[in-house]
Amino acid sequence: MMEWLALSPSEWNAVRLSIWVSIWAMLASLPLGILVAYVLARKEFWGKALLNGLVHLPLILPPVVTGYLLLITFGRRGPVGSFLDQTFGIVFSFRWTGAALAGGVMAFPLMVRAIRLSIESVDRKLEAAAGTLGANPAWVFMTITLPLILPGIIAGMILAFAKAMGEFGATITFVSNIPGETQTLPSAIYTFTQVPGGEAGALRLTLVSIAIAMIALVASEMLARRVSRRLDLE
Amino acid sequence: MILEVSVHHRLGNFTLDAAFESKGRLTALFGPSGSGKSSLVNIIGGLVRPQKGRVVVDGRVLVDTESRVFVPAHRRKIGYVFQDARLFPHLTVSQNLRYGRFFTPAADRYADFRAVVELLGIGHLLDRRPALLSGGEKQRVAIGRALIASPKLVLMDEPLAALDDARKAEILPYIERLRDETKIPFVYVSHSIAEVGRLASDVVAMRQGRVAAAGAAADVLSRMDLLPQAERGEAGALLDFTVASHDDIFGITTLRSPGGTWRLPRIAAVVGTVVRARIRARDVTIATQPVAGLSALNILAGRVGEVIHGEGAEGLVRVDCGADRIFARVTRLSIRDLGLVEGKEVYAIVKAVTFDSANTGARGGTI
Repeated sequence: MMEWLALSPSEWNAVRLSIWVSIWAMLASLPLGILVAYVLARKEFWGKALLNGLVHLPLILPPVVTGYLLLITFGRRGPVGSFLDQTFGIVFSFRWTGAALAGGVMAFPLMVRAIRLSIESVDRKLEAAAGTLGANPAWVFMTITLPLILPGIIAGMILAFAKAMGEFGATITFVSNIPGETQTLPSAIYTFTQVPGGEAGALRLTLVSIAIAMIALVASEMLARRVSRRLDLE
Repeated sequence: MILEVSVHHRLGNFTLDAAFESKGRLTALFGPSGSGKSSLVNIIGGLVRPQKGRVVVDGRVLVDTESRVFVPAHRRKIGYVFQDARLFPHLTVSQNLRYGRFFTPAADRYADFRAVVELLGIGHLLDRRPALLSGGEKQRVAIGRALIASPKLVLMDEPLAALDDARKAEILPYIERLRDETKIPFVYVSHSIAEVGRLASDVVAMRQGRVAAAGAAADVLSRMDLLPQAERGEAGALLDFTVASHDDIFGITTLRSPGGTWRLPRIAAVVGTVVRARIRARDVTIATQPVAGLSALNILAGRVGEVIHGEGAEGLVRVDCGADRIFARVTRLSIRDLGLVEGKEVYAIVKAVTFDSANTGARGGTI
């Protein structure tokens, strides 16, 4: 009776690929995300508005446009793509790596925003106090700033993961919809809706999406609560 | 240790233009709020870069704008105790205390963790988080954290200002012990004459961004004109007494000052110890002839050393009783009627001696 709920091997593939791609998108964009958030929160420099705009661009542009831009820069014949291919052997176009890149780029503004807000809320007097105790700026960042913004980093990571999981437009434009290689959950659901009798498959994957989203949300809540209890500001 | 500071720094329409030199165990920067004492201490600590000036600690040039020297805060080895403690909320008390030690090369670590913890009475707090400490406990941990980093100088910026009187009374004895039992020099910022009178060996009085007076605590604190209006009632002489003897029948302690002997209700200090007390100008009355039949125990013969006419109805008369200089607050009318001029022989009737120090067991005694 519940047999219709069982996922087929190709559906499992899409689920696994989606999680894999999203984790990569999240982790790979994290160091750059922290750096950009720090620079935007703390530094004043010429072109800051430009950087801020550039970071937020994927949030505003139609995803298809972002995907197309990725295709012409990171594609095999694109300026960046051909360089990476020839120097490091990294290929993005029509590979899962490309799906991760698309997810990471789309999720980047959300991640930067969350981390930036938490950096701005750090009491800089604590950093000054650490300085008087002999910590140079790099150590101050590692031992004071970073632990204090951990809740913001976790929030940013969860947002990025969720955004990457749901990414469709940029992904399908950039790396297409190849089962087993670039067919993520949204692409698979989309494919099911395009063929007769695909409703059951679409529904199964929809339920899986909901489950993953809920688990991620609950996990992040628990993590954030643990961290903030530890910090429990004065 | 010699601390040399001379800076010129403008912030909006406030100008800090101050220079002083101190060799004291505990140098107090004393003045009303807005007089520039916090800016000065931030410049010494390296948190503020002065537009012009020089800061030299123990022969080491930390700031010299002329030769473009500016040592950043983390390389100065100057501890800083902030008014708001600033403990790191994500670390335990023990981790907070050890934070600075980590950045101090092993050869420079003279502070002993356990000795400092014991001195400050914070051993039972080590595993706690800062959020769970009282204001007084936080401040003691902050002091410990600065000391355990083995600094060459410790700055304290109004460390007690955010605390109530009970908490202040809890911490002051610890600061006294640090001053007396460690070799670290302190710079202590405060607007409270009671704190400064109790702790300071040297005082730099600040007024509107300038140094109004600097020198030994006893000399600077006797000048009423340097005190904020609200504290003028606290002005007076600062004297160090040696406890000479206790009389158990009447409960009287005899103290010896450089100028003579004093008797007052028994205090807890042991014979031979030195206690510091303030003789507030408002507690001293002047007579031009020897008085008989007065209940006051301490009537000292001396000469008028100086007459300072204040604003309003009152003035200040300095009476030199041998080596002791005490001050009396009298009306300007009395100064005229009694003919109080320099050199005149007078008798100072001291009604009370104020002890700011806790080691006497008395906060103030009426004689």
